[in-house]
Amino acid sequence: MEPTNNMERGPALQASLGRRRKGEITERVAHGLFLAAALVSVATTVGIVLTLFVQSVGFFSEVSPWEFLTGTEWSPILKDENGARHYGVLPLVAGTMLVAVIAAALAIPTGVGIAIFLSEYAPDRVRKVLKPAIEVLAGIPTVVYGYFALTFVTPILRSIFPELIFFNALSAGLVMGLMIVPMISSLSEDAMVAVPRSLRQAAYALGATRFEVALRVVFPAALSGIVASFILAISRAIGETMLVTIAAGATPRMTLNPFESIQTMTAFIVQVSLGEAPRGSLEYNTLFAVGLLLFFMTLVMNVIGSITVRRFRESY
Amino acid sequence: MTTKPETSTATDYVLQARNVAVYYGGFRAVKDIDLDIPRHQITALIGPSGSGKSTLLRCFNRMNDLVTGSSVVGKITFNGADIYDHAVDPTEVRSRIGMVFQKPNPFPKSIFANVAFGLKINGFQGDLQEGVERSLKAAALWDDVKDRLHDSAQKLSGGQQQRLCIARALAVEPEVILMDEPASALDPISTLKIEELMRDLSANYTIVIVTHNMQQAARVSDRTAFMTMDEDRAGYLVEIGPTQEMFTNPRNERTEAYITGRFG
Repeated sequence: MEPTNNMERGPALQASLGRRRKGEITERVAHGLFLAAALVSVATTVGIVLTLFVQSVGFFSEVSPWEFLTGTEWSPILKDENGARHYGVLPLVAGTMLVAVIAAALAIPTGVGIAIFLSEYAPDRVRKVLKPAIEVLAGIPTVVYGYFALTFVTPILRSIFPELIFFNALSAGLVMGLMIVPMISSLSEDAMVAVPRSLRQAAYALGATRFEVALRVVFPAALSGIVASFILAISRAIGETMLVTIAAGATPRMTLNPFESIQTMTAFIVQVSLGEAPRGSLEYNTLFAVGLLLFFMTLVMNVIGSITVRRFRESY
Repeated sequence: MTTKPETSTATDYVLQARNVAVYYGGFRAVKDIDLDIPRHQITALIGPSGSGKSTLLRCFNRMNDLVTGSSVVGKITFNGADIYDHAVDPTEVRSRIGMVFQKPNPFPKSIFANVAFGLKINGFQGDLQEGVERSLKAAALWDDVKDRLHDSAQKLSGGQQQRLCIARALAVEPEVILMDEPASALDPISTLKIEELMRDLSANYTIVIVTHNMQQAARVSDRTAFMTMDEDRAGYLVEIGPTQEMFTNPRNERTEAYITGRFG
């Protein structure tokens, strides 16, 4: 049978090989729409950064960046007994880091343990049930975590440590840890499952046990993804607001004692936003200075993260 | 290339399979296997795709254990010991019966770390540096890599990676090396090097190789086993004999049809 398509010759063939106008328009519209979608998020980021910079100018024209970054006393709203306000942000940074470190200390070992279990030990049936169940934790609103910390975890902790203040960094940090566990376990497990089976087989064929395969082959091969999950989770912990506003207190304090009441950078921003500081006043502008610093902290985390990931990458 | 004379009397068999069948769930992949692997020889398993050559090979170091739903029935002995006895630790079996895979699968670590891996997990007490060097020399890779032991193994060529995988297997000092189409992903020159290496290794090791390449089986092996499959898709062993005999004067007509290229 003759293929009928091949019957065209000369100008008729030239014409039918020509561009189809309709397809071309669709392509252009689609291209434009997708580009616009991408630009929206870029524009938002640029807009936020610009706002933070512009609004902080007002603050830094009255308070030197040096004083802001190195001062160990933070009382921009209330005057102290001598009638002075203090603009040293370190107590807020300390509070933020304290909570984040407690959260990471709980979430990293737990999350990685869950990931290793799911990827290397759990039979398929167990994994199919357990993984979504853990991910549900990530969908719980943070305000619920806040009250969970305040009304459930704190009383338990206080029965163990009677000296614990009611609003404290420990309880908020621990619950924050629970909150970011699914982020670490889910992303780490994805990274570990992506490690080729051939590498596991190579190790088993050398007489490795399941534990040795998990720890010496799969874990290092997945390390870049695992570290990325840490960075994301810790960034989340630093930026998280509601939980710490509810459970950690509102006392900017230069301390690393988890039993004390503290205030994080985010909780301070909430306090000012909801407070009565007039727009444009110095008190109000502190909000943007703290926001800018928060932005830089997470930015630095992400940069450190991607450097670490590249450094330790075992590419397969 | 020399072929060792077949000793007809009292051959020393390292591995022996008796009435072995392998099931994947309800599917019987191979059946009725009786096979003896003589010491310090190269035994080739040939046959068409799906005849169960790789499945059978993986029985000898219990790699089939890793496939969920698989089961091995019958008896396989290693130097007389039943390796499927319930008291046997499969990791012990695997450290005595090594394996090289079809696609080179070095760990994404340095050349040194690849070879040292097997030594470390098997509680090697000696000098790690020395052990790595000895294994790389045995795999004819030392001269290629001695100046860059701490480079990533992934930078090596395919043929070098496969020799690294052989070195890694040798480091554990196994008695047997199972090779599952070790050269099928390699170019002809690398293939030749692997074949030469196998001939050298057969002085001290027992080698079982699965290959699709009949010329390779003819070039490299002392004995050849031909497998094919039944109507029910279960692979079985048709015949086994000295390689030269198999290729010049096969007893079974299916073997003859396969090696002359009429099927498979």
